[in-house]
Amino acid sequence: MLFWMIVKVAFKSLMANKLRSVLAMLGIIIGVAAVIAMLAIGTGAEQQILDRISAMGTNLLIVRPAPRGTAGVISGTQLNLTDDDARAIIKKIDHIHALAPVVGRSFQIKFLNQNTNTQVLGTAPTYLPIRDFEIGTGKMFTDFDVDHWNRVAVLGPVTAANLFGFSDPVGQTIKINGINFRVTGVLKSKGDEGWYNPDDQIIVPYTVAMHVLQGVTYLREIDVQCEAGSDLDSVQSDIYAVMRQRHKTIPGMPDDVMIQNLAQYVDAFSAAAATFTVLLGTVGGISLLVGGIGIMNIMLVTVTERTREIGIRKAIGAREFDILSQFLIEAMLMSAVGGLSGMGLGIGAAWLVGRVSPFPTIVRFYSIVLALVFSAAVGIFFGFYPATRAAKLDPVEALRYE
Amino acid sequence: MIRAENLVKTYVLGGQVVHALDDVSLVINEGEMVAIRGPSGSGKTTLMHILGCLDRCDSGRYFLAGQDVSKLSKNALAEVRNRRIGFVFQNFNLLPRMSALENVELPLHYAGRHDALRAARTAMETVGLAGRSHHEPSQLSGGQRQRVAIARALVTDPAILLADEPTGALDSKTGEEILALFKSLNAQGRTILVVTHDAQVAAHCQREIYIHDGKIAVPPTGDPAVHQIGSEAELLPEAV
Repeated sequence: MLFWMIVKVAFKSLMANKLRSVLAMLGIIIGVAAVIAMLAIGTGAEQQILDRISAMGTNLLIVRPAPRGTAGVISGTQLNLTDDDARAIIKKIDHIHALAPVVGRSFQIKFLNQNTNTQVLGTAPTYLPIRDFEIGTGKMFTDFDVDHWNRVAVLGPVTAANLFGFSDPVGQTIKINGINFRVTGVLKSKGDEGWYNPDDQIIVPYTVAMHVLQGVTYLREIDVQCEAGSDLDSVQSDIYAVMRQRHKTIPGMPDDVMIQNLAQYVDAFSAAAATFTVLLGTVGGISLLVGGIGIMNIMLVTVTERTREIGIRKAIGAREFDILSQFLIEAMLMSAVGGLSGMGLGIGAAWLVGRVSPFPTIVRFYSIVLALVFSAAVGIFFGFYPATRAAKLDPVEALRYE
Repeated sequence: MIRAENLVKTYVLGGQVVHALDDVSLVINEGEMVAIRGPSGSGKTTLMHILGCLDRCDSGRYFLAGQDVSKLSKNALAEVRNRRIGFVFQNFNLLPRMSALENVELPLHYAGRHDALRAARTAMETVGLAGRSHHEPSQLSGGQRQRVAIARALVTDPAILLADEPTGALDSKTGEEILALFKSLNAQGRTILVVTHDAQVAAHCQREIYIHDGKIAVPPTGDPAVHQIGSEAELLPEAV
């Protein structure tokens, strides 16, 4: 009963000084809006990248040579992965859906007078479904091309645009490192992924990349796609076992290959994204803090203005706690109204950013709760000092105040 | 009802020691209507603050309804003010932005009583303002505001009603009405203490305690204010 009366009076006194109340709440409004909008942008970016990673399939294992070195000091990579290893894996291990040997390096690419420098990836046709690539125009080269070292290439859309502009590259001949390759197709665009651009690369048969372009006998990695629903850990340990056997690793020595799966990538990326989100949230939180100081300022003015009222309340029997809670409730009401307005503004801003910019935004429920709880806490924290001052006023002095 | 023994209160004002109360003892019995009268600066306001438990004396003992309240903590004093004392002030001291009825309810809320609304309505009827319950103080006349203040003082059924210059801000006709209300409350058995500088107001009470320089004194004879409406004394502003 008393509580609702206090809320009512607090609300009326806020309404009596509309401009002042709005200005005091502005800091909270902007702070809450900033937290929600920033977290929405952070979450949206995180979700977009996670979606792309999981589109490639989380049942992907990547076999790479293990880094060489002692006591944690990496001193190079072993060059020990061959296409025979790849064939052995698919022959000896169950539950493997597809497999693609991968080798790659940057080369100078030429078409007529156009030239560019980009990554040339040697692999098998299975690479496309494994890594979630699709052909846009033309077609992918075949296993026949791989087996016969045919000099054929599939271009990423960015590379194609760099070399050919708007004309159709399919059927044309380009030079990679001075060697002619016939273009059989162009990939569909996947969009830049930050750490590399999958649209700016050339895919050729791995046999050609190894023996014709690079002159090497080893692979960079072997991408293994397991059957859906299979046990990744058991396949992984099977691969380790086959590799130890093939590479004649002495028992007791560490594995000379390492196997990564995309689930690990997702974990690592989530951790990084969480850090990023915390950072954004902190920036918003600081502006909330500044907003809290604005509320404290106004509450101190209010307490001084209403000294006489405090005297009257004390005269008719208000205890210190009653006065304290009254002014705390007023400060909290102010920060709550500010927080709710800020929530509306933040959600609106996030929606607008999602509409007009290329960044997707996702407003998560937790970010709203976080912002509101934080703003209420700011109200309590910064309302406490003015409320204590009000509660400690001497009734005689307060009644005498004009 | 009230027994005060050897009350002393001193202030230090600008390096000078002021004896606001100097060994004041008094007794007020249940059902009495007593005036505390004195000129400005006599210490009567200080006395009212101490009797009203708003302030504590430096030394001496003060019994209110049999309880020694001179050594209570601040919060305990707040409770005594809430339950045993009803204040009526010169300038009404109603809270703005709250209706008359809510003003009257307020002490009951601080007391944690659940029948606040009913008790407040009864008190508003007692002062004859039941029809104005939902007006805010700014919509009421001075006399009506003072009636609301009296209702607020009465609502907790206190042991004593303390009125500090209750007619000071009212014209003489309204002042008479308020004093008549006090008298009728007193006739119903209410103990009332009126603090005033005005001998004419004091004349409405059954007896008067005259304060001068912080001591109880004999009132000067031939006081021009007695029984003289619109006197010089009434026009003198009360220095705070």
